[in-house]
Amino acid sequence: MTEAVDFSTFVERKADGTAHMALAIEGIGCAGCIRKIEGGLTKLPGIVDARVNFTQRRLAVGWHDDAIDAARIVSELERIGYRAHPFAPERAEANETQHAKWLLKCLAVAGFAAMNVMLLSVSVWSGNVSDMTSETRDLFHWLSALIALPAAAYAGQPFFQSALKALRARHTNMDVPISIGVILALGLSLYETATHATHAYFDSAIMLLFFLLCGRYLEQAMRRKTRLFAGNLASHKAAFAYRLDGNGELTQVPVAALRPGNRVLVRPGELIAADGAILTGVSEIDEGLVTGETVPRAVRAGAFVYAGSTNLIGALTMQIVAAGGGSLVDEVERLLQKATEAKSSTVRLADRTARLYAPVVHATAALTALGWLVGGASVHDAVVTAIAVLIITCPCALALAIPAAQVVAAGQLFRSSVILNSGDAIERLAEVDTVVFDKTGTLTLPDREVETSAIDPDLLERAARLALSSHHPLAAALARQARLRAPYAGAVEEPGRGVRAAIDGEEARLGSAAFCGIDAQIEAARAPAGTSFIAFAHDGQVARIAIGQALRPDAVAVVRALQARGLDLIILSGDRPDAVAAVAAQLGVKQWMASLTPAEKIAVIETLKSQRRRVLMVGDGLNDTPALAAAHVSLSPITAAHLAQVHADALFLGERLTPVLRAVEVTRRARALMRQNLVLTVIYNACAVPIAVAGLVTPLIAAVAMSGSSILVTLNALRAQLSVAPSRKPAGEAARPPAQDGSLADTTMEPVR
Amino acid sequence: MNVLVYLVPAALLLGLTGLIAFLWTLRNGQYEDLDGAALRILADDDLEKHTDPR
Repeated sequence: MTEAVDFSTFVERKADGTAHMALAIEGIGCAGCIRKIEGGLTKLPGIVDARVNFTQRRLAVGWHDDAIDAARIVSELERIGYRAHPFAPERAEANETQHAKWLLKCLAVAGFAAMNVMLLSVSVWSGNVSDMTSETRDLFHWLSALIALPAAAYAGQPFFQSALKALRARHTNMDVPISIGVILALGLSLYETATHATHAYFDSAIMLLFFLLCGRYLEQAMRRKTRLFAGNLASHKAAFAYRLDGNGELTQVPVAALRPGNRVLVRPGELIAADGAILTGVSEIDEGLVTGETVPRAVRAGAFVYAGSTNLIGALTMQIVAAGGGSLVDEVERLLQKATEAKSSTVRLADRTARLYAPVVHATAALTALGWLVGGASVHDAVVTAIAVLIITCPCALALAIPAAQVVAAGQLFRSSVILNSGDAIERLAEVDTVVFDKTGTLTLPDREVETSAIDPDLLERAARLALSSHHPLAAALARQARLRAPYAGAVEEPGRGVRAAIDGEEARLGSAAFCGIDAQIEAARAPAGTSFIAFAHDGQVARIAIGQALRPDAVAVVRALQARGLDLIILSGDRPDAVAAVAAQLGVKQWMASLTPAEKIAVIETLKSQRRRVLMVGDGLNDTPALAAAHVSLSPITAAHLAQVHADALFLGERLTPVLRAVEVTRRARALMRQNLVLTVIYNACAVPIAVAGLVTPLIAAVAMSGSSILVTLNALRAQLSVAPSRKPAGEAARPPAQDGSLADTTMEPVR
Repeated sequence: MNVLVYLVPAALLLGLTGLIAFLWTLRNGQYEDLDGAALRILADDDLEKHTDPR
């Protein structure tokens, strides 16, 4: 490719005249890679700085514009052996990073304060039972206040802000009782210190903040990690398009740089990068990823085409239009908006607990104060006891119980090649009782597969090697079968017809039936829906090679396993009935519907929802997107259309369907753990509250009870990590359907650890 | 108990030093690539001739 690549959208210029760019790198796996990349780049003239971030699999590079350009850097990386994909970090990701830093700072301050206050508190506790004078105790309490108050004011911000926000919106969340507890504990301690009392709760308040911040940070780190990884994957997928500039010149630009109004050239075999209208050219396009339809559509000037379709035969020039220009995109956008609005904001388990928890705890505290007053205690004693109840019930363990289990589950999902888009997807996945599958690209592999069984292997090898010289997508599927990956010399491609070359002195042809001299009538013979044929002729032999959609290798096993777990399975496809029926029969799925429009898919899901079913939608097409948003929870393969990926709750990698099964298994176990943890905290409160109500709680008891319960729930959540070794192979690997050839290299990506 | 007059400030000072050091490392970006740091230490850049680790 000789066209200039324009990376300017990704390049950031600094005041000192250097240019900077971030790149996601594929294939970094060891210490050697870091040195190879950094060393290789810094050898180039003009490079100011090259730094690999191994955790993120990214490279930050800076250079002087007059000496080198971005395209040269990318091609140099390619030469060294790494595919590099420039990207502009998403705004959301930058915000998350900022937030993570802030939480870590709060955590550091809280940790520092907790350690030092505890140092003073332990002295007071031991002094109280030995020979400490009250002056020394007062000094220590004042010192504690000096440390704890500013530290809590700083480190408590995440909770105070969230509590304020919730109160302003007139509802409560877990942060409301936390904030009240912390502020009351500090206030009471300050008052007690001023009145030379024996007990102060500075340590409890600050330790509480420390534990809670740990939970908060872990939860946030999990979200950030998956977002980061998803960002990398998105950039790996980001394709280039050939933009026709005003002067007729062709520039290769990243798809992200395309704007409405740009004219783009799409050659045969290339993916259409953006929605648009065709200006010139005649071709057929494969819209499997968009509509689920497996039969190519003929297009000519004026036709509207969607991003994600593949151009099959002829070169097209098209003009990009903003979303809204096409009927399908319009329709999808409209449905999507409705679905997103209608999606009853499912209340998370933690928030549900918080709603129940706050009134109960505050009522208990009020009753305690009242009870002591009625019993004849002084106002001071009654208030102190009530506040002790609030401190001891402060939802430390409760606030850790759910995030801890979530973090463990997200880690396990990550290792099973499932990337979560939203944090509460774990809870929703666990509740699923019905799974709705899309067919094309979800149950079947996104790429077409060759039916190898009926063909002489030797003939197939020759055809496959010849296919290496063709750009046609069908030929690409055939070319993957070639054992010897050397194209024949002198192969010529005739656009729209096929490719020919001399093999052992005899001309071989691969392409349409007419091109190979086969009677076109034979081709019209009844074939399974969605199957295309390539003809091959060489040395008097002819063959028709069937290329069609193949099921994911473990689809049958996964479907059985899901059924065995009591889940109802339904296939909803935009493809034609006979194609869907074949797949449904092969998988043993009884309920299926075909030829559905996006609106009909939503309608089916709404019906299921009205039957109080919790639907998991697994789909990849643009036509599935509204259904993905409408379903209780949704999964998309990483090959899905961009919009589908954005609206899915989680993505799965690789060509296996097992991640779907694992997602259900892992989240169900996680939910069980969350419930166990909640029960544990209830038991803890049931033990601790009576002691507090009786007025027997000292700061020492509060400290022990609080840290003890927090550690208990965290350990319980970690149990999930121990009990299951991550298994990546599906249970019924041997049960793979015989028609599918297993020789394809396993393209399952190993997620970043 | 007079020993407290300098022991308590000394303890606090040490704690503060730790906190400030941590915040400095955070600002310095030392937690942005934890896995990379673990591997970089294995690279023998300072040696003239080296073989590829692994």
